[in-house]
Amino acid sequence: MNKIKNAFENGKAFIPFITCGDPDLETTAAVVRAAVENGADLIELGIPFSDPTAEGPVIQGANLRALNGGVTTDQIFRFVRELRRNVTVPIVFMTYANVVFSYGAERFISACKDIGIDGLILPDLPFEEKDEFLPFCHKYGVDLVSLIAPTSENRIAMIAKEAEGFIYIVSSLGVTGVRSEIKTDLTSIVKIVRENTEVPCAIGFGISTPEQAKKMAGFSDGAIVGSAIIRLLEQYGKAAPKYVGDYVKKMKSALI
Amino acid sequence: MTNPKGRFGIHGGQYIPETLMNAVIELEKAYDYYKKDPEFNKELTELFNEYAGRPSRLYYAEKMTRDLGGAKIYLKREDLNHTGAHKINNVLGQALLAKKMGKTRLIAETGAGQHGVATATAAALMGMECVVFMGEEDTVRQALNVYRMRLLGAEVIPVKSGTATLKDAVSEAMREWTSRIDDTHYCLGSVMGPHPFPTIVRDFQAVISKEIREQILAKEGRLPDAVLACVGGGSNAIGSFYHFIGDQEVRLIGCEAAGRGIDTAETAATIATGKPGIFHGMKSYFCQDKYGQIAPVYSISAGLDYPGIGPEHAHLYDIGRAEYVPVTDDEAVCAFEYLARTEGIIPAIESAHAVAHAIKLAPAMNKDQIIVITISGRGDKDCAAIARYRGEDLHE
Repeated sequence: MNKIKNAFENGKAFIPFITCGDPDLETTAAVVRAAVENGADLIELGIPFSDPTAEGPVIQGANLRALNGGVTTDQIFRFVRELRRNVTVPIVFMTYANVVFSYGAERFISACKDIGIDGLILPDLPFEEKDEFLPFCHKYGVDLVSLIAPTSENRIAMIAKEAEGFIYIVSSLGVTGVRSEIKTDLTSIVKIVRENTEVPCAIGFGISTPEQAKKMAGFSDGAIVGSAIIRLLEQYGKAAPKYVGDYVKKMKSALI
Repeated sequence: MTNPKGRFGIHGGQYIPETLMNAVIELEKAYDYYKKDPEFNKELTELFNEYAGRPSRLYYAEKMTRDLGGAKIYLKREDLNHTGAHKINNVLGQALLAKKMGKTRLIAETGAGQHGVATATAAALMGMECVVFMGEEDTVRQALNVYRMRLLGAEVIPVKSGTATLKDAVSEAMREWTSRIDDTHYCLGSVMGPHPFPTIVRDFQAVISKEIREQILAKEGRLPDAVLACVGGGSNAIGSFYHFIGDQEVRLIGCEAAGRGIDTAETAATIATGKPGIFHGMKSYFCQDKYGQIAPVYSISAGLDYPGIGPEHAHLYDIGRAEYVPVTDDEAVCAFEYLARTEGIIPAIESAHAVAHAIKLAPAMNKDQIIVITISGRGDKDCAAIARYRGEDLHE
């Protein structure tokens, strides 16, 4: 049932984040295919939200471009179903609690199962509130991915013990975005995670270069990259798939 | 009324990034300790009385009462507080709490600028650093308040994202808080956001209804028949309602900003046009589309121009304890002018929404009935904007 763990069986996992509909769904499809062909192990697909409070300016921009293009949750569901005809790597949705809640939690999560979504990342749903959606995630076999932050401290063990799919370790304070340096003591966080769960963990927020990815994956199970990829979409628009493919290849080769 | 997870019925909760969880847990623990600490309460009462000028007056609006020909009208004069609005009540409480917690920096969002001014004031008083996030559009329509905040030593950061109004200022303040928690307290301005904010802000604003209750009993020997207050996030309203919630005979009426009307897209009336959702850390009612995208709301009043409502209001609405009514820009502007001419009191355009509903309500009530309207703030800040609304080319 758990397809997500397959993503961590080919060396350290490389996990790109792509916002659906930025600038349109045809481009998103081509970007996903280019990423997979070049070694992406798991795809994190963003469903855009009007007010993404955990995102920095780059991903805020992607959300805005996608929503201005008119993309909706229903269109994204149809798009993923189509994509699943020949894309087999695990795919998770990243979105905000209101996108799931307003659609109807059970309706949304059962649709995830139908179209082949393996997990759900909701940055505004902490451990204390996960019962909002967890019963449906269990019912339909969709993993609810837990996040651990640099400030989690005494909460790490509690979160890790109940984690599913994979654990998303937030590398730095603040919002998403490229950083020149990551200062958090991530090795101690990963150590506590390992003591409490078998579930793999990947690190995200601030990673953009192969060196950073290699370093982060060196003491975890993978690297998640969002803003650096979104920047390529911002720069190249519909022509971005080729550039994203080249970038993913470079990043993945640093992880093998 | 709050359970341990900060719920008001189904509303409330803590829907925030993991990065902030320990910060809100720390805040909750500190608040639970200090709210029972006699020293803290003594200091706060002293600040309320000596610095902010409490208790605020409960003024019998005799001319307005006579003119409308119905219920007796009292105005709760929060506009007479230092800094000109009810916002100072909450801010003094939170700043004192933050200081006790060892924080040295306050950040805040602001719409009309009243909460930003109050936060900048408290920061100046207590020797703390202060950064205020304000929608760029609001920095234009409330330019005077931007100047006041800077004068008080605060840094004002115009927020350009989204609709560049209050909701975006909240989002940006939350983003800032996730990047700097150790020395920084997020001084949230309304009864919204993640637990424990809706409870903390309500408790600090509840001084309004505590005083109304004592004052009306002293003046009239009975409780009012209705208490009216404007509602954006809802802090002056919950403050005005709180000590009457148990008194079923007192009608509690929240006046929402309907903008150009609840049948248009240019409205901010959350109860009238919103549906349940999860945003800015809480479950409550929000103006949104069918896919949960938050609506770009509109009101002439920058302070009510917010797509949500505090979770305790959502609950009071669900259980039928409070009523929420929409008031349009036009009605609010007429009430703004009416109160100025009738009583010589220029209310904030936010508060004018409550006055507008009282103008409709009072004539239908008996002369032995009593209405209390909370005048949450003074209207000096709005004069230029209202003049422009009326076609006068007045700039500050």
